[in-house]
Amino acid sequence: MRIPLSWIREYTQFPAEGSAEDLMAELVKVGLEEEDVHTPELTGPIVVGEVLDKTPEPQSNGKTINWCQVRVVPEGQQQSLTGDGIDPSGIQGVVCGAHNFEVGDKVVVTLPGAVLPGDFRISARKTYGHLSAGMIASVKELGIGEDHDGILVLSTLGLDPEPGTDALELLGLYDTAAEINVTPDRGYAFSIRGVAREYSHATGTDFTDPACSVTLPEDTQPGYPVEIDDAAPIYSVPGCSTFVTRTVTGVDATVPTPPWMASRLRLAGMRPISLAVDISNYVMLELGQPLHFYDAEKLTGPIRVRRAEAGEKLTTLDGKERDLHPEDLLITDDTGAIGIAGVMGGASTEVSAATTTIVIEAAHFDPITVARSKRRHKLPSEASKRFERGVDTQLQAIAAQRAVDLLVDLAGGTDTGEVTEVGQPRQPEPITLELELPQRLTGIAFSREQIIQTLTEIGAEVREDHGALIVTPPSWRPDITIPEALVEEIARLVGYDQIPSRLPVAPAGRGLTAHQRRRRTVSAGLSAAGFTEVLNYPFYSVEANELFGRADAGQPLPLVRLANPIAAQYPTLRTTLLPGLLDTVRRNISRGFRDLALYETGAVFLPGEQHGSAEIPGLGAYPGDAVIRDLEAGIPDQPLHVAAVVTGTEPAAELGGAGRARDWADAVAAARDVAELLHVDLEVVQGSHQAFHPGRTAQLRWGGQPVGYAGELHPKVIEAEELPERTSVMELNLSALLAAAPDQVTAEAISTFPLTTQDVAVVVAESLPAGELQATLAEGAGDLLESIELFDIYSGEGIEAGKKSLAFALGFRAPDRTLTAEEASEARDAAVALAAQRHGAVQR
Amino acid sequence: MPTSETPEEPQAPHPLDESAIERCVTEAIAAFDAAEDLEQLKAARIAHTGDKAPVVLANRRIKELAKDEKKEAGKLLGAARGRIQKALAARTEVLEAEHAARVLVEETVDVTAAPRRRRPGARHPLNVLQERVADVFTAMGWEIAEGPELESEWFNFDALNFDPDHPAREMQDTFFVEPAESHLVLRTHTSPVQVRALLERDLPVYVLCPGKTFRTDELDATHTPVFHQFEGLAVDKGLTMADLKGTLEHFARAMFGPEAAIRLRPSYFPFTEPSAEMDVWDPHAKGGPQWIEWGGCGMVNPNVLAAAGVKDPEYTGFAFGMGVERTLMFRNGVSDMRDMIEGDIRFSQRFGQEV
Repeated sequence: MRIPLSWIREYTQFPAEGSAEDLMAELVKVGLEEEDVHTPELTGPIVVGEVLDKTPEPQSNGKTINWCQVRVVPEGQQQSLTGDGIDPSGIQGVVCGAHNFEVGDKVVVTLPGAVLPGDFRISARKTYGHLSAGMIASVKELGIGEDHDGILVLSTLGLDPEPGTDALELLGLYDTAAEINVTPDRGYAFSIRGVAREYSHATGTDFTDPACSVTLPEDTQPGYPVEIDDAAPIYSVPGCSTFVTRTVTGVDATVPTPPWMASRLRLAGMRPISLAVDISNYVMLELGQPLHFYDAEKLTGPIRVRRAEAGEKLTTLDGKERDLHPEDLLITDDTGAIGIAGVMGGASTEVSAATTTIVIEAAHFDPITVARSKRRHKLPSEASKRFERGVDTQLQAIAAQRAVDLLVDLAGGTDTGEVTEVGQPRQPEPITLELELPQRLTGIAFSREQIIQTLTEIGAEVREDHGALIVTPPSWRPDITIPEALVEEIARLVGYDQIPSRLPVAPAGRGLTAHQRRRRTVSAGLSAAGFTEVLNYPFYSVEANELFGRADAGQPLPLVRLANPIAAQYPTLRTTLLPGLLDTVRRNISRGFRDLALYETGAVFLPGEQHGSAEIPGLGAYPGDAVIRDLEAGIPDQPLHVAAVVTGTEPAAELGGAGRARDWADAVAAARDVAELLHVDLEVVQGSHQAFHPGRTAQLRWGGQPVGYAGELHPKVIEAEELPERTSVMELNLSALLAAAPDQVTAEAISTFPLTTQDVAVVVAESLPAGELQATLAEGAGDLLESIELFDIYSGEGIEAGKKSLAFALGFRAPDRTLTAEEASEARDAAVALAAQRHGAVQR
Repeated sequence: MPTSETPEEPQAPHPLDESAIERCVTEAIAAFDAAEDLEQLKAARIAHTGDKAPVVLANRRIKELAKDEKKEAGKLLGAARGRIQKALAARTEVLEAEHAARVLVEETVDVTAAPRRRRPGARHPLNVLQERVADVFTAMGWEIAEGPELESEWFNFDALNFDPDHPAREMQDTFFVEPAESHLVLRTHTSPVQVRALLERDLPVYVLCPGKTFRTDELDATHTPVFHQFEGLAVDKGLTMADLKGTLEHFARAMFGPEAAIRLRPSYFPFTEPSAEMDVWDPHAKGGPQWIEWGGCGMVNPNVLAAAGVKDPEYTGFAFGMGVERTLMFRNGVSDMRDMIEGDIRFSQRFGQEV
């Protein structure tokens, strides 16, 4: 909401010298947050001039300019302004390219030294053979309109001021607006009336309710016929509780809007359009009651307020034909729909320049009805914004009268005295407030008097009943429905700075959960191992999910789709972290970093059998265990994943040396690191996945179940994704590993007896994975084996074709004695024997 | 005494020839002292203490002596050999020290040219900051609660007293999931965890809920469609806004130093009543100490307690929520939100493991 300062001054004690910042500093205390300041960007001298002479001078470029003499001081007076280019005679020579004026017209002259919007500085300058000492301004140059076809002739605004008059004052251009942020509960603060009251609350100064400045007529005639016939109220609340019409005849719709009104509308953020429209907007801004004006001659038969029928259509003011919904509340006449209540009027009954009789509509519409129609037709408007937040239920007749008064005063209209008032205003429900509740919620020890006084100040009616207060909120505060809301009113008027401070003592806690602690362990471990953590968006293309997600199962990959994705090409939620990581790789490479080790942990989204819940329980009540269970069951599984990517090389060991190129094994090592950090036995087996190099893919398993993949990306993927060669990645279901991690680590006795080492080389089939052979050897070696490490793989000369030789270093140690060489050899032989039996291994 | 040995064979003095033995000792010491390096000393050592050294040979001749002479000769030669060994040891020490010093000098490197053998990894500061916040609260006995990022509308809105038709719900700029009848949304705030915590836990409840949140904002310097919040919730007997303020003040001091302060301003949230915006006085802010908008808070709306099945009217609660990105921006001087999501390694590496 933007508040022109001149307007708020009319109804409050806001000082004449107060700035927009001063106003906002007060309003923020009661909960209206400062947002911005809006000021017309021009500075004088800008004055009224009278055209004394206008000589057309055709130019060689085909244009004709006017060489004008303009008097910028009252007749018979001398110029009191001084400055470069300002003629002491009070008559300025000005070149003007426009032709829409005559000698004797009053115009706006921007004198040398003036600055116009866009930092356009006026000075005396030579042009078309003259020294042009200023400019005759158009509305666009003054920032008060769009029309740039000609200059502003003040008589078109109904003005005939003395030359030399300060044009900024005349056009209301010294005014400034403060913009405040209005929270969605406070519809009434979308009006000068509401803000004036809030200013009074903030400062404790008096204010005048603009609604009280309006006098309702005593003798009235029946007005334009209206019936309310709501056959389908939403939640049993009638769509229209009150409908008031007034009829004004003899309106001259062509009268220009007075500059003070136009200025206030512009500052309030609304474009002046025509006097009638401007008056309806002005009243809405002032009082908060949206109005609609009908051209009486375009209405056919009585106005009927009803819900739409199936298939009904309406062409709204914006020229669009709209299909109506049975929930839409319509304003109709005998021709059908002429407006969607509180949202937008129809084109057929619109006020035009030819309109002479206006029927004013001031109605109260149900917030929910308006909110739904607005959403359905995507028609947010100043009117709907106020209605859906709740308009004062008692304000309609007053707002209509204010509009009548302005039409009479400014548009030459005549009040016919015809008044229609149908419907029954909804009365606010009284609320019982226990006197101790304010302190119980805020910690402030309010006195009984303070409570009653503040509630009275906000406009509530308060009476006492058996020690409690019965509070009827004011008609402009439909947001106040519970005692806690009254407490907020009391506290904010007294001041939140009165709230004391006390640190509550929570019961003894258990610290982080095991999962929370383990997540930290994984992240700390990976980052210590040289990986840098990144965070990516979970929005992916379907293709990215299908390529990098679950290993192709020959079935469509179930995905969560967004109804309103941030970008059309990324409509689904991630099932894998890899595409985001690869994006980050490309971005870093483009910024000059080629040697990358990145990781991310985050949720992925896996839709299950039940996708959401059709029924959503209502507000303010526990829906029951079964309903909660159903809601939970419909929420897709969202396991945490951890993924890493490596490219480029390790740092070189020596200056100038070549670093080791990172490859698939770094990816496998990262996965092993994660598992070891969690004390989980990760099984690494040869695997296959559509995004990976078919020969360099490790499937990562735990408890016999796949929990991830690691290895080199498929060369085709690397090419398509524009990644460095040999880019390698790993991804693990971190949730599965967190769950598999032991609760605690059990120590092993440390034997101080010497280590006995034995190397062994065995020849096995080329196809046998080393990991499998190693597991067998370890099993066969028995309890004395402390460590086993693969240190060589050889095939070629001396080894039969189709076979390979693998060399392992075995370390043996006993807990209670020094092993003899024989014991170690025996254990080694047992290992080889098992490998021979299981894999046909032969010792070299 | 055999004489057929090679001419170089030194003559062994008589074991009782005191002056000859003394001469041997003197010669040995002189030879050691003359040795300029360990190599020369080795030759001298062999010459004067080796198998064919005069004193060694003399020693062997003791057995030829008469019994009463043996003792005296043994004493004489023992002392001589002792002096020779001592001199050798002394010279060895000197020369070894000289040698060591020379070698170590030769091995000198330019330590400023040490190759960088490991590239450091780093945490993302948004995550580190969330952990730090969690630590402040767990130290107060609070626990860390969590909930799903893809959430049922009921938890995200209805249970939090957002009416389906109220503008507040629309203002949340929600990502909706297809089809609309699934009533699934990407959570727009961490507040649904409030309801989850109350459903899952016994009263009293003191929890902090950090996590990812989503709104349909375009990415720019101050907005991102995916961001992080932390939400605090306390429900206990007799809690008031004073407890809220005290908690926030403690938290602010933990994050911004002992001079930090909290200011509450009236505001509106569907799930709190009364509601407040909170400003924090940041004594170390860029551009000087100032009040900075930090988040929203208030007393838990009775409708929320009801939706979560809290029936005992003695329980009241407070809740608060802040943006992690925003906190990182003003606390750590990040000026562009895009830096937090683009994954440029320089951003995380600047923070390392700290924030």
